[in-house]
Amino acid sequence: MQQDAKSGNARDGGDGGSMGMTGQPGNFGQSAVTVGAQKQAVPEQAPLLQVRNLQVRFGETAPAVLHGVSFDMQRGERVAIVGQSGSGKSTTIGAILGLLPGNGRVSGGAILLDGQDLATATDASLRGIRGKRMGLVPQDPMSNLNPAMKVGAQIADTLASNGLKGRAAVKRRAVELMTEAGIPDAARRYGQYPHEFSGGMRQRVLIAISLAGEPDLLIADEPTSALDVTVQRQILNHLQTLVDARGTSLLFITHDLGLAADRTDRIIVMADGRIVEMGTPAQILLDPQEDYTKRLVAAAPSVTASGAREPVLPDLAYGTGSSAESVSPSGTPSGTPSGTLSGTERRTASGTATLTGNGPGVPAVATGPEPILVLNHLVKEFNLRGQRGSTVRAVDDVSFSVARGTTTAVVGESGSGKTTVARIILGLEEPTSGEALITGRSITASSGASRRSLRRKVQPVFQDPYGSLDPTFSIERLIDEPLRVFKVGSRVSRQHRVAQLLDHVALPRTVAQRRPNELSGGQRQRVAIARALALEPELLICDEAVSALDVLVQDQILTLLADLQERLGLTYLFITHDLAVVWQIAHHVVVMKSGKVLEDGTADQVFLAPEADYTKELLGAIPGAAFAS
Amino acid sequence: MAITVVDPRINVDGAGLGSGRGRIWKSLRGNPLGMAGGIMLAVVVLVAVFAPLIAPYGPAEVHFATPFQKPGTVGFLLGTDDLGRDIFSRMVFGVRASLEVGALCVLLSVLIGTPLGLLAGYWKWLDAIVSRLTDVTLAFPFLIIAVGLAAISGPSLTNAAVALGIAHIPTMIRVVRGETLRIKESDFVLGAKTMDASGVRIIFQHVMPNAASAIIVQATVIMPVAVIGEALLSFLGLGIQPPTPSLGIMLSDAQQYIFRSPTAAIFPGIGIALICLAFNLFGDALRDAFDPTNTSRK
Repeated sequence: MQQDAKSGNARDGGDGGSMGMTGQPGNFGQSAVTVGAQKQAVPEQAPLLQVRNLQVRFGETAPAVLHGVSFDMQRGERVAIVGQSGSGKSTTIGAILGLLPGNGRVSGGAILLDGQDLATATDASLRGIRGKRMGLVPQDPMSNLNPAMKVGAQIADTLASNGLKGRAAVKRRAVELMTEAGIPDAARRYGQYPHEFSGGMRQRVLIAISLAGEPDLLIADEPTSALDVTVQRQILNHLQTLVDARGTSLLFITHDLGLAADRTDRIIVMADGRIVEMGTPAQILLDPQEDYTKRLVAAAPSVTASGAREPVLPDLAYGTGSSAESVSPSGTPSGTPSGTLSGTERRTASGTATLTGNGPGVPAVATGPEPILVLNHLVKEFNLRGQRGSTVRAVDDVSFSVARGTTTAVVGESGSGKTTVARIILGLEEPTSGEALITGRSITASSGASRRSLRRKVQPVFQDPYGSLDPTFSIERLIDEPLRVFKVGSRVSRQHRVAQLLDHVALPRTVAQRRPNELSGGQRQRVAIARALALEPELLICDEAVSALDVLVQDQILTLLADLQERLGLTYLFITHDLAVVWQIAHHVVVMKSGKVLEDGTADQVFLAPEADYTKELLGAIPGAAFAS
Repeated sequence: MAITVVDPRINVDGAGLGSGRGRIWKSLRGNPLGMAGGIMLAVVVLVAVFAPLIAPYGPAEVHFATPFQKPGTVGFLLGTDDLGRDIFSRMVFGVRASLEVGALCVLLSVLIGTPLGLLAGYWKWLDAIVSRLTDVTLAFPFLIIAVGLAAISGPSLTNAAVALGIAHIPTMIRVVRGETLRIKESDFVLGAKTMDASGVRIIFQHVMPNAASAIIVQATVIMPVAVIGEALLSFLGLGIQPPTPSLGIMLSDAQQYIFRSPTAAIFPGIGIALICLAFNLFGDALRDAFDPTNTSRK
C-alpha cells in the first residue's frame, strides 16, 4: 500500500475526471459472465458502495494520487480492481477503509456505504463500520498475524471487538469461523500459534478474521499473491463459496488480469490513479476499448498462455527474417504509464510465422548434439537445525540436461528444490552427491583457475532487482564489477564495454553514472542482465527473474531476453513458479516437486500432454485460461 | 538490435529521488530538530576549537579577590568559583576536553569495533571467537578498566578515553556484525560470489560501504555517552586532573559549595546536557536520512 502511494505520489497528475464509463451500474447479483448484460442491468435497490469522484492526496501540497475515481458496487457483486503498482488500486481501498498510510487524506469526492459517507466520517464511527460492515483480507499472510498470539485468540479478539459477549460463545464462534474458512480440526488448531500454520492456512485464518463481523463488503487486497498457484486456487475457490453463500460483496484487488477475470463479475482497470476501463471480464479481455487495457491484456501471460503458443526460438528454427522485421523500433507514447510493447508485436508476428511453418512445437534445437549443462543424479541434503543427524533432502536425484541456445524452465512451487538446483549450478552450494557439468566439466569438483573459468560461463539474474544491485554502486561500477573481479581489459576498454552492454539491454548510456535507487524495477532488471552479460557467459541462470515485475514490464524483459538469446546465442535456465511465463519463453520444461523431477520434456509435451497429475494440477491452476482466445 | 523500448519511467534528466549525498542532505535539511542539533553541534565544536580565543581568562587563572561571584557580574559572565576562576572560561576549555575524550573514544571503538564486527559477521568460525571476547569485555565494568588504567599510568585524559573506548567496542562490534550478517545475505553479495570475488573483496567493496551509515549513526550514539562518561570519570578523579578543567571536574569541584554557589554546578551540568542533546538530535536525523525507506519527511 505504501509503495503504491509513493510511486503514485511521485507521478504528476492533472485534475480529476474519471474516464469513460463512470458510475455505470454493474452486473447485478451473482450472474454469470455475460457479454453485454452490463448495460441493461438496472439495480433494483441502491448500490451497497458508491465511490464518487474520489480524490486522494498525500500531504498538503503534493499533487493528487487519485483523480476522481468513481464506481458502484451492488450487493453480492464481485468486482475486481486491476492495475500495476502505482496505479492507485491500493490507495483506493485505503480510502474506502479510512486507512490511508502516512499523511494521505481524501481531498475530494465521496465514499457512500449504504448512503453513509465514509470520507467525512469520524475515526470513531469508522471503527464501528470497519470489521462490522467492511472486512479486509490482507495481502501477506506471513506478516498479518501476530506471531506471539494464538491464532484462535486473534479471531476471538475480532469477535469480541464486534460485540460478541461471553468467552464460551466467542470461542465457539471462532472455531465455527475457522471451520467455515476451511481449516481442518479447527478446535485443536484454535490453540496453535501462527508459525504452526502454512501460508495457505494462515490466509484462511485471515479470511476467518475478516468474516468475523459478518461484513456486507469484503475487500481482498491481493489475497493470494504470496501463495503457490495450487494453494491460491484452493483459497480463492473457498473464498468465493463463502462470499456467495453469505451474499457478501467482494472487492478484489489484484495485478493479475487472469485472476480477476476468473473470480469476479466486473473488472475495473486502473492506471495512474484513474479508472481506465470498466466492464465484464469478457468485455475487458475479449473486446478492450482503451489502448492501455489492450496492452495489459496482450501482456498478461496467464491470459495469452493457453492461446496460440508463441515460439521463442532462435532463428535457426524458423529461418531468418520473420522476427527481425517484426522487431520494429517504436517510440514511447507520452502520457501512458508504460512503454511500447514492440515485444508483443514481435511475438505475435513470429507466431504467425509459426502457423505457416510446421506448426507450434519445439524443433530439433532442444535435442542438439552438445548439451551445455548436464545434471547427473544431483542430491543435496541439508542438516535440520537442532536435530543432530537428521537431514532433509532438498534435491533428490535430479538429472536433466540443457541444450545450447535454448531455454529450459525449471518449474515448481516453494520448497520444490528448484532454487537449490540453481545455487548448485552457480557453485554457491556443494551437492551431497551427483554432479553438475558445464560444458562437460564439473563446477562442483573443480577449484582454482578451472573453477574461475567455469564461473565465467554461468551468470545469474536474480528475482529481486532491488536486492541484487548494491545500492552504493553506480550503474557503471555495477556492470563492470565482474570485469574488474576477473581483471578483464583496461579502464578505457571496460568503459567501452559498459556502454556496449547498456546498448544491449536498451538503456541509455547516460544511466552509467546513476545509482540503482534512481531506476525503476524494470530498468534495474535490465542493469542486472547487462551485468550478467559482462563476462560473455554462455548460460544465464534466471531465478524468478521476472516475477517481481509488473506485467507490462515483465513482458518487456522477457522480450529482451528472447532478443538477446537470438543475437548472442545464450542459453537460459529459467527457475520459476509461473507456468504462464514458462509457456511464453521455454523450449524445454522440467517440473519439480519436493526435490524430485516429476516431468521433463519439451514445452509442448508438458503443456499439451502432461503426464504427471501434479503437472495437470499446476496447469489447471493458471488463472484466466478460460478467456484465452 | 532494433529494440528501442526504453522503460518510460526512466529519469534521464535526474528529476527522481536523487542519490546518495544529495538525498541525505535534503532529508537533513527538511528535519528542523535535526538541523537544530546540527547547528548546536557546530557551535560546540567551534567553541572547542577556538577556546583560547573565546575565553576571556585562562582556564586555571585564579582571582582570589573575587570568589563566588554571581552570574552577570561585570567581567565574569557566568560568575566565578571558590578560587575566583571564571566559570565561562573554564566551561569553554571544559567543552574542549569533553569533546577530545568523546572523539578519541569514538575513534577507538570505530577503529577496533568495525574490523572485528566485519570479520565476526562474515566468517562464522571467527564469530565464535569475537563474540566470546565481546562477552568478556562486557562483563568487565568499565569503571574497573578505568581504575586499572589509572593505577598503571596515572589518571589522564587519554586514559579516560581509552577506558571509555574499550567499554564501547562491544556495542560497535555488535552493530557492525548485525549489519554484516544482513548485507551478507543480500543478492548482490551472492552475485559477487558467483563471480568468484574473494571474501576480502566483498567485505571492502560491498559490506563496508553499506554498513557505513549504521557505523556513523552508532558513533553519534556513543559520543554523548562518552561525554557523560568523561564527566563521571573526572568527577571520581580517574580522568582529567585539576586544575585542567573539564565539565566533569567543574561539577566535582562545585559540589563542596553547592548551597553557597549552585550556579557553579548548574552551568557545567547544562553544558553536558546540551552537548548530549545536540548529538542525539543530530544522530536521530542522520539515521532517518540514511534510511532509504523513510519518506515521511520530504
